Amino acid sequence: MAEYQNLFTRVQVEAPHYPGVPHDPKGVWSRGLKASANYWLGKIGDAQIGPFYLGSTGVISIICFIIAFEIVGLNMLASVNWNPLQFIKQLPWLALEPAAPQYGLRLPPLQHGGWHLMAGFFLTVSVLLWWVRTYMLARKLRMGTHTAWAFASAIWLFLVLGFIRPVLMGSWSEAVPFGIFAHLDWTAAFSLRYGNLLYNPFHALSIVFLYGSVLLFAMHAGTIMAVSRYGGEREVEQVLDRGTASERAALFWRWTMGFNATMESVHRWAWWFAVLCTLTGGIGILLTGTAVDNWYLWAVKHGVAPSYPATFDVLPDPALNSGGAQ
Amino acid sequence: MNHFGRIVLAGIASLGLLVGCGERPPIETQQLGYRGTGMEENTNPRLLAELVAKNQVPASQPPADTSGPLASEIYQNVQVLKDLSVGEFTRVMLSMTEWVAPAEQKNCTYCHNGENYADEGKYQYKVARRMLSMTREINSSWKTHVGKTGVTCHTCHRGQPVPEYVWFTDPGAGRENSFVGSRAGQNSAITGLGVTTIGHSSLPYDPYTPFLLGEQNIRVNGPTALPTGNRNSIKQAEWTYALMVHMSNSLGVNCTYCHNTRAWASWEESRPQRSTAWHGIRLARHLNNAYLVPLTDTFPDKRLGPLGDVAKINCSTCHQGVYKPYFGTSMAKDYPELQGAKPMPVAAPMEGAAAPAAGDAAAAPATAPAAAPASAKNLTATPVARVNVVGRPIG
Repeated sequence: MAEYQNLFTRVQVEAPHYPGVPHDPKGVWSRGLKASANYWLGKIGDAQIGPFYLGSTGVISIICFIIAFEIVGLNMLASVNWNPLQFIKQLPWLALEPAAPQYGLRLPPLQHGGWHLMAGFFLTVSVLLWWVRTYMLARKLRMGTHTAWAFASAIWLFLVLGFIRPVLMGSWSEAVPFGIFAHLDWTAAFSLRYGNLLYNPFHALSIVFLYGSVLLFAMHAGTIMAVSRYGGEREVEQVLDRGTASERAALFWRWTMGFNATMESVHRWAWWFAVLCTLTGGIGILLTGTAVDNWYLWAVKHGVAPSYPATFDVLPDPALNSGGAQ
Repeated sequence: MNHFGRIVLAGIASLGLLVGCGERPPIETQQLGYRGTGMEENTNPRLLAELVAKNQVPASQPPADTSGPLASEIYQNVQVLKDLSVGEFTRVMLSMTEWVAPAEQKNCTYCHNGENYADEGKYQYKVARRMLSMTREINSSWKTHVGKTGVTCHTCHRGQPVPEYVWFTDPGAGRENSFVGSRAGQNSAITGLGVTTIGHSSLPYDPYTPFLLGEQNIRVNGPTALPTGNRNSIKQAEWTYALMVHMSNSLGVNCTYCHNTRAWASWEESRPQRSTAWHGIRLARHLNNAYLVPLTDTFPDKRLGPLGDVAKINCSTCHQGVYKPYFGTSMAKDYPELQGAKPMPVAAPMEGAAAPAAGDAAAAPATAPAAAPASAKNLTATPVARVNVVGRPIG
């Protein structure tokens, strides 16, 4: 009976650990000297672990992340009166809320949004420093900085949600709470408040690139695994010297849809789809509330939202008749 | 294990997950709006059958003789039902025993002093008197919500002295002003009252206090595409969302029972049921402020909430998981005694009659939303009548 060939790395080659290209440490932090091998990690990736290099940016980033993580986690633990059992039981519901709207952009008391601001600050520093680290490591290895810029696109969305948009709206309360269900409820409430985010064209673009990324990833990974029996996983070699793996993969897609990407260009597709997902998403969030208050009405105004025939009696707003409050 | 065996095992595991996580099929779908709008109601016939069995109206008492002397002429201290004949009055009293008195005390003495039935000593007596006024006001002045179906004591009480679905203001977890761990009225599975939060979400768990007791703004959407001064926050939207999830739970319906979800705020896109629901919010708010809050000092401490507040009404109190209580069966039609005060044969001031212009169905009056709380002693709180152009029964 047929066996799956590609779920795990079938062959693990044991060899002396590769220390990497020469490294020129400038700060107090230098690259570690030790490396080891792990059989089980070797099943899904490279068996070699290390040597590690964190550098100043990595160390400070990790410290800042731990601070943010602790602020959120300890607030959650405190919210269930320091009961560890309840903490585990209610964890999906627990959250650290941003300030109430009446504080605007002022510094709220710690328990009314101050902790949230502080956690947000340390998380932001952590993420930005990790970006610097990604950029610097790529430069040190004489690589392109594509990974750093893709990461920057995600950071853009993160900053818009938690910092840029709240500042433009003049209220920290617009930021996202730190919590599992809480951030999902926030997302729904965000759409409810601003008249249905599905009519936001940048939201639509973001979804296109999100689902597109998934589709491309499946198409590309499927193709490469399907031709790995012909050495197709050696993609870089195939770029320079197209072999039968490339030919078969290309033919497969031309037969399927008349067009094929190349061994190199498929990665540009993937990179742009991924980068544009958060880039357009960030623009969509940024415009919400600042430039557009009600996306449904915006879509009606611009002829995007169709009108449907009424299939039931349409009654007027009862508040108009009774003169009552909303 | 061979390849086929693994697939079977994975299939069984996935089925197990499905069974553990969800509701066993079948799910039946009924279209409620124009095709493509996703306006549909999902029901599970198995669960619906259980709900139908739970929400049956009890047998009515045989109709009473409407002639004969008035109860107020025969009995002492009749303040609300003074327009009823002795026969009608007795019928209401017997029905109330059946509907409200606890199982272990199905007799008159749950409310009355057995030595002197006119004695106001028992708190149940005073509460019941206000509840009768309330029932009559609902049936006569809130046709925008209850239509011709109406309500009786049983609609909420279902044979129990305290209705199953009442609410108290949630005290929170006691950490609202702590240095760390403030929940801001949300973000917990178990609330200060120990009940599971609304719809298993982390939304605010007590939307009743601001909306069904207070008059906080429910609407958060702006009227224009571009910003023109709508400063409602996302947090406010979360409170509104919580109220709406409560309504959905209470009525056992989806959001699309009232709304077209592409434009929640738009009345042009909403089903007429939304108008009924709008009046329902005002009804619950009015009843809480005009009838229940003034009874706070009447109730003994054991009937009060953790903050010393009285048990109050929300949508569940009557609806009990059904879009129309008892699936629309009118119990009140068999009880003309509860429909509102009948015109008295004498031109005396009608103390205790809460309903204005009863029987005038053509211009069904609606009360002003959230009238100021009436005093417990003020039994003449007559609501302001308004002519309402949407005052016809809906849905």
